[in-house]
Amino acid sequence: MGSDALLFYTFAAITVIGALLVVIQKNPVYSVLSIIAAFFGLAGLYVLLEAPFVAVVQIIIYAGAIMVLFLFVVMLLNVPREDAAEWDRSHPLYRPMAVRIGAVLAILLALELGWALSLTTGLGVGVAEGADAMSSVQKLGEVLFTKYMFAFEVTSILIIVAMVGAVVLARKREE
Amino acid sequence: MPIGHYLVLSGLLFAIGTAGVFLRRNLITLLLSVEIMLNAVNLAFVAFGRVAGTNDGQIITFFVMTVAAAEAAVGLALVIGLFRHRESLNPEAFTSLKW
Repeated sequence: MGSDALLFYTFAAITVIGALLVVIQKNPVYSVLSIIAAFFGLAGLYVLLEAPFVAVVQIIIYAGAIMVLFLFVVMLLNVPREDAAEWDRSHPLYRPMAVRIGAVLAILLALELGWALSLTTGLGVGVAEGADAMSSVQKLGEVLFTKYMFAFEVTSILIIVAMVGAVVLARKREE
Repeated sequence: MPIGHYLVLSGLLFAIGTAGVFLRRNLITLLLSVEIMLNAVNLAFVAFGRVAGTNDGQIITFFVMTVAAAEAAVGLALVIGLFRHRESLNPEAFTSLKW
């Protein structure tokens, strides 16, 4: 096993365990902290895929900005922990018929996915085998401001709309 | 590393995110699960871009991140509004439109 494989499995384990903890934790503060761990694992995977700029953006924007926003709201609202006893009685998963139908559909989906994967060729091709990496930040910027110019500008409109929308939605209503 | 490994990891993360959306009963954890799903897709984009030798996968990832940021901002503003309204973050508390 090469060092690449070792690094891949280490980062993959960090990511998957972090993501699982997000879903398992009852306390939202711990959920936010474990998703940050998962994002650091993902950033490592991006470095392995020779996309260092995406890795840095992942940490600065996602683990930095967006998760601070989440943590801020969790602490602002003083979010209560989920009560396990209440979960059991009122959760839709408590209904046996729904669980059976859902389980059948989930197994069907998993089988079909496995079938599709077994028919797909080229899954064994190493990521670094076929082509050279295109990781230069200069190239990224050039493509972003020529080929994807329109999408880039539309994104700025999206950000403005989201910002205004967030302010309007979170504002205190005047009675 | 074979591309298949990255795709399986991506699918696993997406499944974890989906499970979180269906299992958890806290609007903030629901939004976090959606973020996990978006990141799973990002990983697949970057892996495919690396195999193809283009940087289109990385560019798409930036757009997904922007959308995720917008979604988080609007979603959290909605959560704050809903919490003011009902003093609860349980999705079951907001069923006025249910018949």
